[in-house]
Amino acid sequence: MTTADILLFAWRAVWGFRLRTLLMVLATSIGVAAVVVLTSLGEGARRYVRNQFETLGTNLIVIIPGRAETVGGGGGLMSGRTPRDLTLLDALALRRIRGVKHVVPLNLVSGEVSWNGRRRDVPVIGSTGDLLAFWKLNLAQGRFLPDQDPRRAVPVCVIGATVRQELFGARSPLGEWLRVGDRRFRVVGVLAPRGEMLGIDMDEITIIPVASAQVLFNLTSLLRVGVETNTREDVSRVRDEVRRVLRERHDGEEDVTIITEDAVASAFDRILLALTLALAGIASISLGVAGILIMNVMLVAVSQRTSEIGLLKAIGASPSQIRMLFVAEAAVLSAVGGVAGSILGQLGSLAIRSIYPVFPAFAPLWAVLAALATALVTGVLFCLLPARRAARLDPALALARR
Amino acid sequence: MIGLEQIRRFFRVGDEEVYALRDVTLHIAAGEYVSIMGPSGSGKSTLLNIIGLLDRPTAGIYRLDGEDVTALDDEQQSRVRREKIGFVFQFFHLVPRLTAEENVELPLVLAGVPPSRRTPLVRTLLEEFGMLHRARHRPDQLSGGERQRVAIARAMVMQPDAILADEPTGNLDQYTGKEVMHLLEELHGRGVAVILVTHDPAIGGGAHRQIRMIDGRIESDSGGSAR
Repeated sequence: MTTADILLFAWRAVWGFRLRTLLMVLATSIGVAAVVVLTSLGEGARRYVRNQFETLGTNLIVIIPGRAETVGGGGGLMSGRTPRDLTLLDALALRRIRGVKHVVPLNLVSGEVSWNGRRRDVPVIGSTGDLLAFWKLNLAQGRFLPDQDPRRAVPVCVIGATVRQELFGARSPLGEWLRVGDRRFRVVGVLAPRGEMLGIDMDEITIIPVASAQVLFNLTSLLRVGVETNTREDVSRVRDEVRRVLRERHDGEEDVTIITEDAVASAFDRILLALTLALAGIASISLGVAGILIMNVMLVAVSQRTSEIGLLKAIGASPSQIRMLFVAEAAVLSAVGGVAGSILGQLGSLAIRSIYPVFPAFAPLWAVLAALATALVTGVLFCLLPARRAARLDPALALARR
Repeated sequence: MIGLEQIRRFFRVGDEEVYALRDVTLHIAAGEYVSIMGPSGSGKSTLLNIIGLLDRPTAGIYRLDGEDVTALDDEQQSRVRREKIGFVFQFFHLVPRLTAEENVELPLVLAGVPPSRRTPLVRTLLEEFGMLHRARHRPDQLSGGERQRVAIARAMVMQPDAILADEPTGNLDQYTGKEVMHLLEELHGRGVAVILVTHDPAIGGGAHRQIRMIDGRIESDSGGSAR
């Protein structure tokens, strides 16, 4: 029997029992569609996070005071850990490294802002004029912090869209004196609405010069320093330079953690890929269930078609041919189900994308192929038992039954 | 052509052994026209199944064209069945999903004959049997007589040495039954051995050699070639 003949015969059987075929195809396709949709969600999350990082720019270096490391069991005195401050002067020293575009010192403190009796607790950010470009912020009104010596504590501030709305209402805040903590700052600008960025609601912030923030909140250390390089190729060289400069300034000790955007992004990438794999695994359980369904249905098919099997034997079909015919039938069923399911799944992720346009839910190719392969393999595997039963049927008995 | 020596077949029903065939010895030459008659339960269908390799004897030797076919495994037996024997059944046993033409084609498909050679064979046969105009009909669109003719065409398509028919007229009215018998006689005229199982003496009486069975034994055999 040629392969084409086997497939044609299987196809005739699949087509001949349409309701059964429909149900089987439905079961398999739901399984495959589940894999496709769930992996597209996982992949969507991965791409979403990646995009978030890319909005920050791709040539960023972040310096955090303190060293992320495990220090040995010797105890406090002997461990040699010296938490040194990362100072504004450290940040300024980095400006001289070749290839550096911006150096942005950053403090973040929760503080109370008030104007005309209205108060609001907001994140107060201390930084420099470079923050505007560094965070890719836009202004709705006025100007940003002035570009001047960052060591000067100038009493000016820039407020977020919500802060402006809540404190000033319809009035223009430009030129007004906003109280931050126990000092007053003149409002010079308002940020355009931006929404959340890396966990901070950018519409809620108030930005003041870094030197003012250090005086106001009695800070000696910066929360972190952001460095933007001119090009992506500069990143690794600048990172090494930053490490060298800071070691020199810190008496030869390496007591800062330097993170490049790539490292963070790829860590997220790995986590979300693992999540996608886990989702694929969970969804493929439904494929296993579909496989058991296939087995059940094929067992019914064997007992339903007992006399047909007897006849096939009488006209010369060998046991291996009978086995092949049933396996081919299951394979055709699960192939049709698999294709239908991946179409269904693609439609599903299309629906997700059109409902949440910011969420790029695309099923990865490997997941689609793996789902199809799993559907086919489970279909065939679970059909082996029914097929064997059919092949072993006693033809004399099978034909005696009407 | 067919040589049965001391064929015994029993079934186990609970603790009891039920004998369907008790030491049957029978020889049938090529091209003979034989009817096997007897009451139900006399073992005639079991005998036919053993001749057609659908059943294995519990004891005894069966030689087909001199070859001991009882020693063959299932795969080899199905090859012998495919090439040498054609079956005709009381209930036609056509595959309901397939057209008349495809039903006739089925043995060729199983034998791996390429499609280009299958079509002319099937068409010629259907034409001979006057069924060409019904070739594209499915079994449920055919009358009983037409179905049996399609079934006989299917039995003949591999050009077997013997046609084994188990009550071929049992499900047909008198007139179409006669037509089917004429067809089988015509095949006999072409040199094919026809072995017919029936409980109807009027049908079996037309055969050149008549065997009567009772209780799993051959009670009488009109044929001279029985030893």
